[in-house]
Amino acid sequence: MAKNFKFAFFSALLVFALAVPVLNLRLTLDGITLVVTGASAKVQWSIVACAIGIFVWQLLRDGIAGLIPQRQGPLVPEGVSNFLTLPSTQRWGLVALIVIGLIWPFFASRGAVDLATLVLIYVMLGLGLNIVVGLAGLLDLGYVGFYAVGAYTYAMLSEYAGFGFWTALPIAGIMAAIFGYLLGFPVLRLRGDYLAIVTLGFGEIIRILLRNLTEYTGGPNGISGIDKPTLFGLSFDRRAAEGMQTFHEYFGIAYNSVNKVIFLYLIALLLVLITLFVINRLLRMPIGRAWEALREDEIACRALGMNPTTIKLSAFTLGASFAGFAGCFFAARQGLVTPESFTFIESAIILAIVVLGGMGSQLGVILAAAVLTLLPEVAREFNEYRMLMFGALMVLMMIWRPQGLLPMQRPHLELKP
Amino acid sequence: MSRPILEVSGLTMRFGGLLAVNNVALSVQPKQVVSIIGPNGAGKTTVFNCLTGFYQPTSGVILLDDEPVHQLAGHEIARKGVVRTFQNVRLFKEMTAVENLLVAQHRHLNTSFLGGLLKTPSFRRSEKAAMEYAAHWLEEVDLVDVANRPAGTLAYGQQRRLEIARCMMTRPRILMLDEPAAGLNPKETEDLKALIALLRDEHDVTVMLIEHDMKLVMSISDYIYVINQGTPLADGTPDEVRQNPAVIKAYLGEE
Repeated sequence: MAKNFKFAFFSALLVFALAVPVLNLRLTLDGITLVVTGASAKVQWSIVACAIGIFVWQLLRDGIAGLIPQRQGPLVPEGVSNFLTLPSTQRWGLVALIVIGLIWPFFASRGAVDLATLVLIYVMLGLGLNIVVGLAGLLDLGYVGFYAVGAYTYAMLSEYAGFGFWTALPIAGIMAAIFGYLLGFPVLRLRGDYLAIVTLGFGEIIRILLRNLTEYTGGPNGISGIDKPTLFGLSFDRRAAEGMQTFHEYFGIAYNSVNKVIFLYLIALLLVLITLFVINRLLRMPIGRAWEALREDEIACRALGMNPTTIKLSAFTLGASFAGFAGCFFAARQGLVTPESFTFIESAIILAIVVLGGMGSQLGVILAAAVLTLLPEVAREFNEYRMLMFGALMVLMMIWRPQGLLPMQRPHLELKP
Repeated sequence: MSRPILEVSGLTMRFGGLLAVNNVALSVQPKQVVSIIGPNGAGKTTVFNCLTGFYQPTSGVILLDDEPVHQLAGHEIARKGVVRTFQNVRLFKEMTAVENLLVAQHRHLNTSFLGGLLKTPSFRRSEKAAMEYAAHWLEEVDLVDVANRPAGTLAYGQQRRLEIARCMMTRPRILMLDEPAAGLNPKETEDLKALIALLRDEHDVTVMLIEHDMKLVMSISDYIYVINQGTPLADGTPDEVRQNPAVIKAYLGEE
């Protein structure tokens, strides 16, 4: 009881320490000065009530837990969970998703398709980071840096050289890969936390560089008026630029702005499918196995004659190139890139997608990307508490499903006699 | 006596003020089982670490087939055919047994990016060959039944055998086993002995052994080096070592 009392006391104190600055103190503008005011009495009383509630709960936790009958076994029955994590099930799940993904936009609203495109960008980013974090086990907190490199590559190519989306796409991927390679060289000697810190710094450096190279990148204003992708030279605008034809004129249909949104969505879907295909192949290639082996035991890898640096570098470079593709598409979709699109919080969201989805699992990453992109949209009224919800979601995941939403089982290899 | 495959002279390893290995010399003949024995903390594993490039020796020369290798990194020495196991099992625990064996063949596979992406015939051939080689060795160490189980879930003795099979995937010339019999029961130790003999006799591998199980060491070794407190104490055939007064003194204490 004495131990419980102490714990309960500190829990209550923690509630105060967290809730008072976050909920109680408000900054209001009085003329041109900021004034700190307290929240309403109702808020203050609810903080006190919460603290007391936590105190009582922690104090009597053992007693209360005894009263509630314990549910036996995991949340999802063993058989179902096993079935869901089988590679074959996940493959069929993917096929079904793809078919739905292809048909669905033609019947959906413009806003929904636009949102789905955003989800697909995050899927691509999640899948790319999954190579680095999930497979190779390198904690990369600056992944958004490569995303920015891809986006600005297309933006600048379009602005200064008049490149179209499709020619810029591979260049953006290659540029991001080169950045990944250059960063990887000095950084991959580091391990774990140190690697995370350095990559975090790298992401920030890229953003700050983009903001300050005003001459080339437009500084904080970014670059706008980036060309949208075309379908074999057919533009989706209402009026085509000089010497170009529009999609609706060519096919003789009425102009509809939804077409453009659907087209962008389909490009994103195509890019995601390519990403999925490449990663699926990589997993079954020697390099994919080497990544996993490296994650598990670097020393054993060295003893078997594998060069850890090259293997890590390949993971870093490939992961970065996917971010480059995603960035290029992002620039084309927005038509505008600014450094503020590439803040640390983006890296954190992408990492959250990987962790939430289950390291190494592709269907899981897709699911998590959908959840994390749609959740803030669905719960717009809770916008202020978005980060709080993120945190809560993460904590709950770590308690109930530390392996992620849909972790993948190992593929079964047939031995032929 | 033929030319030694591994020739070590004056090997010294110093950690700050501690002299862990002092002037050790080894001469390993090909296709033999050579053991290094000595009390706990004698520096046996440090010798292994120096030989396999995990430590850079303070001084000394290591010649592999007359070629100096003491400057090379661990993975480079491994590529030259010197492969080791560790005192504690270091399998890739979450990967299946057969995947462990495939990973170890990394260097012998078609690792071209496009080849794997497009599943070219040469890629398929190389994967198939790797699979067959893995299957062959799973049979050799009697692990076919558990081929698709994660390595971490295997019984301890099975993990030890899998580790040796994994080393064999790299087609080594010298296999260094660091206390392979630790934690094995008498039956498993017998199997291990048979396996080591098979490696030497059928697969032309030179085996270096660190082991505390004297029965195993004496019955399988062709040559034995004794190290005490980092310093070479004696060497010779099992019979010679057994009768060496210095060895008896170090192991059993003064009469």
